[in-house]
Amino acid sequence: MSEQLEAVRLEHVWTRFGDKVIHKDINLKLNKGEILGLVGASGCGKTTLLREIIGLQTPSEGEVWVMGESLKTVAANHGQRLRNNCGVLFQKGALFSVLDVFENIAFPLRELKFKNEEFIQRLVLMKLTLVGLSPQDAWLKPADLSGGMTKRVALARSMILEPELLLLDEPTSGLDPIASEDFVTLLSDLHTELNFTVIMVTHDLDILRDLCTQVAVLAENQLVAFGTLAEVLKNKHPFVAEFFHNRRARRVFQYQEVADGAK
Amino acid sequence: MPLTDTPANPDSPPSLEILQPANGQACATLSGNWTLSQLTTAPELQAKIKSVATDKTLQWNMNALAMLDNASALMLWQAWGEQIPAGLLIRPEHQKLFDRWQAQQLPKTPPPNAAISRFLDALQTTLKSFYEQVLALLTLLGQLALDIGYLIVHPTEIPWAEISGTIYESGVRALGITALVGFLIGIVLSYLSALQLKIFGAEIYIIDILGLSIIRELGPLLAAILVAGRSGSAMTAQIGIMRVTEELDALSAMGIAHSMRLILPKVTALTISMPLLSIWTSTTALIGGMYSAQTTLDISYQQFFLKLPDVVPIANVFIGLGKSAVFGLMIALIACHFGFRIKPNTESLGNETTNSVVVAITVVIMIDAIFAILFMGVGMP
Repeated sequence: MSEQLEAVRLEHVWTRFGDKVIHKDINLKLNKGEILGLVGASGCGKTTLLREIIGLQTPSEGEVWVMGESLKTVAANHGQRLRNNCGVLFQKGALFSVLDVFENIAFPLRELKFKNEEFIQRLVLMKLTLVGLSPQDAWLKPADLSGGMTKRVALARSMILEPELLLLDEPTSGLDPIASEDFVTLLSDLHTELNFTVIMVTHDLDILRDLCTQVAVLAENQLVAFGTLAEVLKNKHPFVAEFFHNRRARRVFQYQEVADGAK
Repeated sequence: MPLTDTPANPDSPPSLEILQPANGQACATLSGNWTLSQLTTAPELQAKIKSVATDKTLQWNMNALAMLDNASALMLWQAWGEQIPAGLLIRPEHQKLFDRWQAQQLPKTPPPNAAISRFLDALQTTLKSFYEQVLALLTLLGQLALDIGYLIVHPTEIPWAEISGTIYESGVRALGITALVGFLIGIVLSYLSALQLKIFGAEIYIIDILGLSIIRELGPLLAAILVAGRSGSAMTAQIGIMRVTEELDALSAMGIAHSMRLILPKVTALTISMPLLSIWTSTTALIGGMYSAQTTLDISYQQFFLKLPDVVPIANVFIGLGKSAVFGLMIALIACHFGFRIKPNTESLGNETTNSVVVAITVVIMIDAIFAILFMGVGMP
């Protein structure tokens, strides 16, 4: 039963770019329905790890398992099915600038050769509404969208195939605090309703506090902490101490620490 | 994204069975994981849903479903004719998916304009765009004149580094391709002319034909077309990418004029390097022509060299050089003009770069025609 509940597993993952080692023996297991926040200093390889989970990059050593299947051994046609089951939100949205919002969201459906136009229209408009946009926004071009709207459209596109796993690369970067808060609320609501698994790279302490059920900390090319936020806050690694116990972080986590009775 | 109470087997495929009791109502029973990713791999099931749903007397039982997502619910709901079938057996968490589709209002799309109206709109847009482009190009030219005036008064501010860099990029690095194309065109022209001249026994006139056509026309034109395709497109794309990456805004924010730092160096560099490239292309074309003349008509290199100054007056060289300078100026101006029109999206980048090359080549040929008319009586032997 525990095998069935597993969403992602990394086993002894090493990543090297030439002589430079990015990841040293990363081991991680995430169950379905969890929201994992992946944190670490800039350039420590968080996005690279995310790309390895998506399958855009292959680790130098080790194995990545997604939804119970190893990316190393998955067959080409089955790999596509696996990808359809994973939604990805890139840092800058990565919307296709030649297509309007509607066609951007509908793109994965059209690639799967869905011919029923009304089916596509209804599903796209539903996702658009789900991420808090109006049907009128469907005819805008990506160039006409604000940063927050771009993220919402990208989120709608990542969810159009009803994936079980969502991978988000810094979903709130570049958003103002209000838009960022809205995005966190939206993601939280969607997670409650749709119960997908989320892995997100983030530097946003508010997200870690309000949204993530698990936190993984990358430092010195290794996974130095993994667990619930309360567990990570008790970790004594120097980077964890610096990242989670500086003055700003203490302010952000005050509520959490009080709630958990952590010292 | 499944809505389910119990952990489901992720590999359990969706299935639809019709149960026909001996003396009761037929029942369509759904089981397994009804998710979009599962349904996409089962087109036969999608067809079966549609055919089964036409029977309005069927009772539907969805209590055995392990998973149901929004898309699969929509597929079923559409098959049912956008209404819940009577006597549907369904769990509450799945029922709310259908409630969502029932509540959804599709926006009404406005009726398309009449064909004549669309044609008039397109015509108006084209004319307006043409007017705006001519105006923008004239503005660019005017700004360039003002910048040159300013630099004459303040010579220390001439952007030498940018000018020399552009001369290297668009001139020196184009030497190889222009030499190759020039040489091959020279061979082809000489060979084809030789075939005709042989018929009339006028082989010696190959030097007149090659000298005049290459030095006055083909050399400058070939070089200009190659530079428009090679350097013009690169200039347009470079400025466009600078807009996408906000480098243009950064320059403006630092108080640096685009015209002084981007346009003027490109225009100056191309105006200088084009005549030089033209001489280079003409030379290689003449070498190709000489080689072909020697092999096909037995006209020696020495004979070619001695006769060339007699049959091609020096005025032709100056005409070639003069129009090459104008070609260079116009190619750079057009490249910059289209570069600044690029909007921050990939479609615009591709379109404007194409437009830049097409317009530059067209303008080069138009200028060549104007030069041909203006200097009709000049430089003829």
